[in-house]
Amino acid sequence: MYEEVTSGSRTRRTLTGTAHMAAALKLDGALIIGLALVAVYGLVVLYSASGQSLPTIIRAGVHLGMGAVAMLVLAQVNPNLLRRSSPWLYLFGVILLLVVDGIGYIGKGAQRWLDLGVVRFQPSELMKLAVPMMCAWFLHDRPLPPTMGTLLGLAALVFVPVGLVVLQPDLGTAALIAIAGSLVIVMAGLRMRIIAGLAAIGAAGGWFGWAFMHDYQKKRVLTFFDPSTDRLGAGYHIIQSQIAIGSGGVFGKGWMHGSQAQLQFLPERSTDFIFAVIGEEFGLLGLALLLLLYAFVVARALYLAMQTQDTFARLLASSLALTFFVYVFINAGMVSGLLPVVGVPLPLVSYGGSSMVTLLAGFGILMALYSHRKLMGS
Amino acid sequence: MVQGVRIKDHWQEQRLFERRALVAGLLIVALTLTLIGRLFLLQVMRHDYYTELSQGNRVRTEPIPAARGLILDRNGKLLAGNQPAYQLELVPEEVPDLNASLKALVQLGLIEADTLDDLRRTIRSRRPFDSVPVRLRMSEEDVARFAVRRFEFPGLDIKTRQTRFYPEGEVAVHALGYVGAISEPDLQRIDRAAYSGTALIGKLGVESAYEHELHGGNGFREILVNALGRSVQRQGALVPDLHTRPPTAGDDLVLSLDLAVQAVAETALGERRGSVVALDPQTGDVIALASRPGFDPSLFARGITRGEYATLTDNIDKPLLNRALRGAYPSGSTIKPVVALAGLTYHVLNPDKVEFCDGVFHLPGSSHLYREGKTGRHGHIALQDAIAKSCDVYFYGLAATIGVNRMASFMAPFGYGKVTGIDISGEKPGLLPTPEWKKLAFKRPEDQIWFPGETVNFGVGQGYLLVTPLQLAHVASVIAGRGKNFRPRLVTGLRGMQGDIQPIAPVAGKSIEGVSDADWVRVIDGMVGAATYGTARASGKGADYSIAGKTGTAQVFTVAQNAKYNEKTVDERLRDHAWFIAFAPVDAPLIAVAVLVENGGFGASAAAPIARKVMDAYLLGPDGKLKVAAKAPS
Repeated sequence: MYEEVTSGSRTRRTLTGTAHMAAALKLDGALIIGLALVAVYGLVVLYSASGQSLPTIIRAGVHLGMGAVAMLVLAQVNPNLLRRSSPWLYLFGVILLLVVDGIGYIGKGAQRWLDLGVVRFQPSELMKLAVPMMCAWFLHDRPLPPTMGTLLGLAALVFVPVGLVVLQPDLGTAALIAIAGSLVIVMAGLRMRIIAGLAAIGAAGGWFGWAFMHDYQKKRVLTFFDPSTDRLGAGYHIIQSQIAIGSGGVFGKGWMHGSQAQLQFLPERSTDFIFAVIGEEFGLLGLALLLLLYAFVVARALYLAMQTQDTFARLLASSLALTFFVYVFINAGMVSGLLPVVGVPLPLVSYGGSSMVTLLAGFGILMALYSHRKLMGS
Repeated sequence: MVQGVRIKDHWQEQRLFERRALVAGLLIVALTLTLIGRLFLLQVMRHDYYTELSQGNRVRTEPIPAARGLILDRNGKLLAGNQPAYQLELVPEEVPDLNASLKALVQLGLIEADTLDDLRRTIRSRRPFDSVPVRLRMSEEDVARFAVRRFEFPGLDIKTRQTRFYPEGEVAVHALGYVGAISEPDLQRIDRAAYSGTALIGKLGVESAYEHELHGGNGFREILVNALGRSVQRQGALVPDLHTRPPTAGDDLVLSLDLAVQAVAETALGERRGSVVALDPQTGDVIALASRPGFDPSLFARGITRGEYATLTDNIDKPLLNRALRGAYPSGSTIKPVVALAGLTYHVLNPDKVEFCDGVFHLPGSSHLYREGKTGRHGHIALQDAIAKSCDVYFYGLAATIGVNRMASFMAPFGYGKVTGIDISGEKPGLLPTPEWKKLAFKRPEDQIWFPGETVNFGVGQGYLLVTPLQLAHVASVIAGRGKNFRPRLVTGLRGMQGDIQPIAPVAGKSIEGVSDADWVRVIDGMVGAATYGTARASGKGADYSIAGKTGTAQVFTVAQNAKYNEKTVDERLRDHAWFIAFAPVDAPLIAVAVLVENGGFGASAAAPIARKVMDAYLLGPDGKLKVAAKAPS
């Protein structure tokens, strides 16, 4: 190996050297590069989307740094420890959710944050990791594909936190938590028949759930099907973001030249709708490049998941990789008008500390599962 | 797989997982392609559509109002122009303490305390960055009072806007009209787009009649706005590509009015209610059109208050009434030259035959007496003197001989009973009575009958006959032109932006047919007699030019059969109206005048001197001699 380094070109030497260093830190070099490219792209766009606000960029940089630290730390953790701590983490999260819901109930309003004085903390973010970990832990010692009994247990494990988040109410995050948990179950080999059956039940449940939705939630769904019914209200977001993307064309209007974004026609331009800013300023090519970077990250993550050698690692790693893609798809889908508007940020690009830290923490876990694979017992 | 107890089969599970991962990977590819497809639809196929939408989003078109055309007199003197007016405006978001600022303005006397609530409501209803006018029509003094304290009022500033101003004030107001705030009925008939950004519209007179020419074409300016509607110069690296179209100013109006003559006419009327109309018989040009009392048209341009308007409408002298066009009065004896022409043309009058006037007239078989007017008994009198001395008895008999229908049909071409067609609106037609008319005008059958005595009264311009000063000025100009006449007009040309004047050709009226030249001369001689030795001799004295005139006195109320009209005992408002019509110089008339003084008493004493002053002002040079231009007949 050393000879290889000396005989290679300088660039190759550097790359290999970096890979060595990454490996020493229990990180995956290729995945890091993919994530870094997405993050840098995100910062460039954010500078324009925030109205050339340098403080915003600095704060986003801080978020990125915090996420990187979380990733680095979690990458060092022994997967066995991760697995064993899963139930406790899960239990801790559920308790926090109960507390938040309780405060919200007393305060008579939507409550998602837990103010710890120094940091404001969103327990539902924690559950995005805790739920798939719990499901993977639950399946680890059980034969796959899971039996009916196992499935019922899993359903309960997913339903409790999801229900609590729905009560906050935060439908978008609840859906993401449910998806993260469900992906574990699907990857564990849930039979296609059952998937189809559940889809049918889900549709029926959606129908039923409609009755329990808040008015603003119903409105979001309705305006998704016909944005023009509410041009200045809920439909405004969808109309304006489609105008932004559509007017961007193939090559875009240029960095900081997007009239929709710069003149504030586009709502939430630096958070949930930043995808539209890219579409407007960098065009179809810019979006395609972004999707390509995401695809690379997801593909690499899935590859890493496949290299792991025990059930817990495999299921959790693949769930994390797929959840990442689901985020991308839901955000891009809602901004471009394919999906209803739900509050899902564009991973690593949208401005926001919580999601940045959670996502990078997830990748830290994924890398830990991969890089410690030889250490793990069955 | 084993039935019953199941144990973990790691190899099997690995394969299962790999299959799932493969499916997931394919699913990811499919979903990504779906996304790309959607983006392709938006960014390639519907790109033009969304580009248009985004353009409309950020660019707002703001109108630039065109400068209203000026109004000039025949010598290019300014009668109506544009002037910046001051108003106090407030930008809500820049005012730290709105209530304190408003209270301080009340203390300064710039706003009234009882309007505060309305004002606050207005301010609240606007966007915080919009400038809201809190005080309009600031006088110079108001501006000064605010200016010294300006530092105490952050967010408040004095702004200027173009408004109409009339440098001569009340002069010629009834000819010019005025501009006022666009009203709801105005909005119904105008093209709203053409008036966006414009606050004022012509209301009366030439301001209204030539609104289209004066208004001009609005320009526009595209401004970059953000989603809040706030105008922004530049946002980030986004440099706007904006279009601007300058407005095209309205045409200036060149009027036939002669400001100097107009001023003389109004000064001569003074505080009396009345009207003066002077026409050029050779073109129909209105040299002067005065109606007193008047009012200051600037009141309306700067926004008239309720109180000011009430003062105008409640005034018993009716300053808003345009007496020249809308004041309808009996013509009095000014009708006599036309009746004489009718008699001559119908060959029922021998101009040289001497009649006897003993001061009263009665129809055969009737005991009703028709009195001589103010001029007493004339004794033996022929046509020329009958006109010059205004002998009623002579014309009582003549009217009875001609008959009402023939008289009316002869008079109609002179313009009695119909509008002259002057180029401003609001003109009243007056009334040329006939038996036919009476049948339609009255309900009760006994009222519908035309009595012979009414014909007699008609012959001296009393009774049902009603004329306006403009109509009589036109009659005077018809006689001056020996039957040739022109439609009266105020605007003779339009001046474009380059200063080029586009003249408007005079419009000839239908000439009077059938009157012989000799008969014109006979009647005009009678009118010249009136101004030299007859009723108006005092006013004709010492003129450097020849004058043909006719006095008239219109009854306001009827004196009882045996009573004598005594000017001193009759209430001022019930006194007779005084008329005088004239034209000069007689051989090549340059000016025809009609003067009405309401309740002025005798035409000779109240109206004729005014006409003389007007004619002097128009015809004489500064040296008191006839102007060169006036001497040479065109």
